[in-house]
Amino acid sequence: MLLTVDQVSKTYPGGRPVLQDASISLAQGESLSLTGESGSGKSTLLHLVAALDGFDAGQITFDGISYSTLDDGGRAALRRNRVALVFQQFNLIPSLTVAQNLAFHARLAGRHDPAWTTEIAGRLGLDGVLDHFPEQLSGGQQQRVAIGRAMSVRPKLLLADEPTGNLDEVAAKAVLDLMLDLVRVSGTALLLVTHSQSVAARLDRQAHLAGGRVT
Amino acid sequence: MIRAATLALWSHWRRHPVQLLTLVVGIALAAGLWSAVQAINAEARASYARAAAQLGTDRLDRLSRSDGAPMSVSEYLKLRQAGWQVAAVLQGTLRVNGGGVTVTGIDLLAWPDLPAIAEASSGSIAPVEVLTAPGRLFADAELAKALRDRPDLPPVSETTALPPRRILTDIGTAEAILNRAGQISYLLVLPDQPKGRPPLAEIAPGLTRQAARGTQDIARLTDSFHLNLTAFGLLSFVVGLFIVHGTVGLTFEQRRPLIRTLRALGLPMRLLMRLILAELLLLALLGGAIGLVLGYLVAAALLPDVAATLRGLYGAPAEGSVSLRPIWLVSGLGMAVAGTLLASAQTLWRLSRLPILAAPGQHRWSARPRAMRMQMLSSLVVVATGIAAFAVFDGLIAGFALMAGCLLGAALALPPALAGLLFLGKRMVRGPLAEWVMADMRAQLPGLSLALMALLLALAANIGVGTMVASFRLTFDGWLDQRLTSTYYVNARDDAQGAELAAWLTPRTDAVLPIRSVEITTGTHPLFVYGIVDHVSYRRHWPLIAADADVWQRVMSGQAALINEQIARRDGLWPGSTITLAPEWETPVAGVYSDYGNPTGQAIVALDRLLDHFPDVPNTRFGVHLPADQAEQQAEELRAVFDLPPGAVIPQQTLKAQSRAIFEKTFLVTGALNVLTLGVAGFAILTSLLTLWSQRLPQLAPVWALGQTRTGLAWLELLRAVVLAAMTALFAVPLGLVLAWLLLSVINVAAFGWRLPMYLFPLEWVRLFALALLTAAAAAALPMLRLRRLPPAQLLKVFANES
Repeated sequence: MLLTVDQVSKTYPGGRPVLQDASISLAQGESLSLTGESGSGKSTLLHLVAALDGFDAGQITFDGISYSTLDDGGRAALRRNRVALVFQQFNLIPSLTVAQNLAFHARLAGRHDPAWTTEIAGRLGLDGVLDHFPEQLSGGQQQRVAIGRAMSVRPKLLLADEPTGNLDEVAAKAVLDLMLDLVRVSGTALLLVTHSQSVAARLDRQAHLAGGRVT
Repeated sequence: MIRAATLALWSHWRRHPVQLLTLVVGIALAAGLWSAVQAINAEARASYARAAAQLGTDRLDRLSRSDGAPMSVSEYLKLRQAGWQVAAVLQGTLRVNGGGVTVTGIDLLAWPDLPAIAEASSGSIAPVEVLTAPGRLFADAELAKALRDRPDLPPVSETTALPPRRILTDIGTAEAILNRAGQISYLLVLPDQPKGRPPLAEIAPGLTRQAARGTQDIARLTDSFHLNLTAFGLLSFVVGLFIVHGTVGLTFEQRRPLIRTLRALGLPMRLLMRLILAELLLLALLGGAIGLVLGYLVAAALLPDVAATLRGLYGAPAEGSVSLRPIWLVSGLGMAVAGTLLASAQTLWRLSRLPILAAPGQHRWSARPRAMRMQMLSSLVVVATGIAAFAVFDGLIAGFALMAGCLLGAALALPPALAGLLFLGKRMVRGPLAEWVMADMRAQLPGLSLALMALLLALAANIGVGTMVASFRLTFDGWLDQRLTSTYYVNARDDAQGAELAAWLTPRTDAVLPIRSVEITTGTHPLFVYGIVDHVSYRRHWPLIAADADVWQRVMSGQAALINEQIARRDGLWPGSTITLAPEWETPVAGVYSDYGNPTGQAIVALDRLLDHFPDVPNTRFGVHLPADQAEQQAEELRAVFDLPPGAVIPQQTLKAQSRAIFEKTFLVTGALNVLTLGVAGFAILTSLLTLWSQRLPQLAPVWALGQTRTGLAWLELLRAVVLAAMTALFAVPLGLVLAWLLLSVINVAAFGWRLPMYLFPLEWVRLFALALLTAAAAAALPMLRLRRLPPAQLLKVFANES
């Protein structure tokens, strides 16, 4: 398995448990959707897999690396080199142009392949806006840049948190099509958090979170 | 409705306590340093007024000779005989412990109604003691103590009714101690003049009547000094307002959604604006009150040195303690309120035009270059206005106008210039992080620009004032070496002892140079005329700044005079001009010499020529030349043989050390204000970084998510602040040098009457550069530590989709 989340629990200080013995797994090139109601712990689980936050109990292993053995630098290296993230709020870097945003993650990882980035830009329909700044783009365009940035690093695992949540129906479908297409072409595994059952249905497998547990 | 809206508005401060603190501290700093300077100025001016009132002569008109020469006793008697109620005054300077003390001798028979005399009469001193030989001197406690050590002076009485460094006595006693028998400086026109007395022009056509001057003379003399202090206070005020402006801008940027909601809920904009204004007013009063306390403490700490400076430089009767004045409190609070409203005006105006449904404001990158170009253009206009004012006006106004134009213009030009540099930097650096850092710094500029402008002004002021002081120090040291060439200086008790001293010293030394002078008045200004004998030390060392080719030959043969720079610049007298030293004594000016630290005019002529016109000039001071290794032994011998007090023989090195000490004290206050201004600028950076904190997380979180550690990002944050400060410091160097040039060549000339050469001190720039980096690093340290310790959950909130 590329990713194994084994009975992971997480409680934020002073709050109720967000995750309780949650377990999922994901193989190379596979896609998995995580659905659930607001507050069910979907985003938290995604953040734990992305090594953005620590957990209280359980085990997460990705690409043969146990998260328990990683310090802050190791977690940062894992995010930089092996996984990529797409957020609902796009979270592009406003001070960089579209072209610079697209290449940014790959360059941080030292794996920038201009030809691949150009191909991604073409597939995402961003050719005409490469010298624009994020604020000059529509929401759909910004999310395509975010996907392009994530894919440019050729991650083993793409983590997407409600990537179409801020888009209208037409833009959401277009963005999802492009993301699934890119994932398929590059053989990347995908873990996608969504509220939408129709979006979830397009992925290989579905998992549901309720009260912090995977059902 | 008002209560609900107020509570909603104030809830912002509960969530952003640092912003509230920043705003209040910004107002307090702006008001504090301004109030401190105002307190210092007010105290000094009150001292002048008190001094004049204490002396009791400030409200009387004066009669003096139109040509400024001393009056004769016969003129005085003629006026008295004609029925004019006048009292003769002889004013001069007595050297006490190496410094000048003003002696005012008044005909106390004619005008005994003086506070000091009244105080003495109510005590144990009989009036006859004051009027008969040896007379009696009145002085404040400190001066009285020093005078009692002088056996050559009459008995001294302490009085609380006299300003510092002033001796009051009967005119007869003054004549004796000043060695100016039969001279009168001016006449006081007493109240209750008899009717029908003949007009002045008829009895004494050479005399003119001047209206009561009160404190005008000293106030005019010290105006430039107070103006310099005010300029510093204004600079600090502006720097403080930068903090206020930045904080208010950010506060209302963050309150926009709340304001939209309140308006959507039916709150009229007018009411909302009133509530916001009331809030600002309240905060301004709170900050202003804290600022007043701060200002009082700063003023109390600085005033003793300022008073010493005013006494040393101008002979002004300034005292060293500060007291609370209602007008000061009101004006301090007024400045705090006015400054806060001024700093908030732009934000309030934009807020008043905020449409309810507008999208949340974001800086538009595409629009910024145009705004930057406009700012650069404004900067050029401001500088050009300063230059135009410099061309049109003269003196201090011209200097300050050009200085204000340069400082404000440079501050306005800083953000566009930094943006340009960062744009170039982004192109030159390699690597995604470096590129991001450059781009991010550029994006941060609008939020940091005011703090960086404050830093620029503070650094430039430091470089400018530092260069001026250091240039002055260097020049002053060289000048002291030129002026004080004698191995030691001797003061005799009287002319008789002076003659004995000269006779004893002549065979035992290389040279004994008499230092003889007389005080006269030119127009309304005092002028000291010195007579010297020819000696190689004058010819070789005297610090001439302009001279005819045969200057010494002409001066020593009695054909011409040297004058000091102050009088040359004030009256436009240069080699080739003619100066009037007495009614029948006009002499050409052959040279001009620098005379730093002297508040009065000075002229030098051949001793014989001086004695021709003023035969009674005392002969009590001498400069003695002999090999340095014999000086100490001979001084001891001299003291023993002539029973001289310790202060009567002063080695050259002691005199130089005293002069240097006065010099250092003079610039202590500017140094202190420099440090305070830099501190305020450092605080401005800190507050900007803290207030920008909430805006930084959305910029940093994505980069963190893409694989950077919090520690790495924290160091980059520190680096950003340091790099921006470094670039600002680089801009500050040329600006500081322009400022130094203005201070040395324009402001000082107008303020003090002398022009100084400008020296460059690159090591000082390096020190200030390091200080700027340190200031920025210290300011960025707190946000950096916060970021380093920030829990991931806080950063994850940036990505949160669910509440």
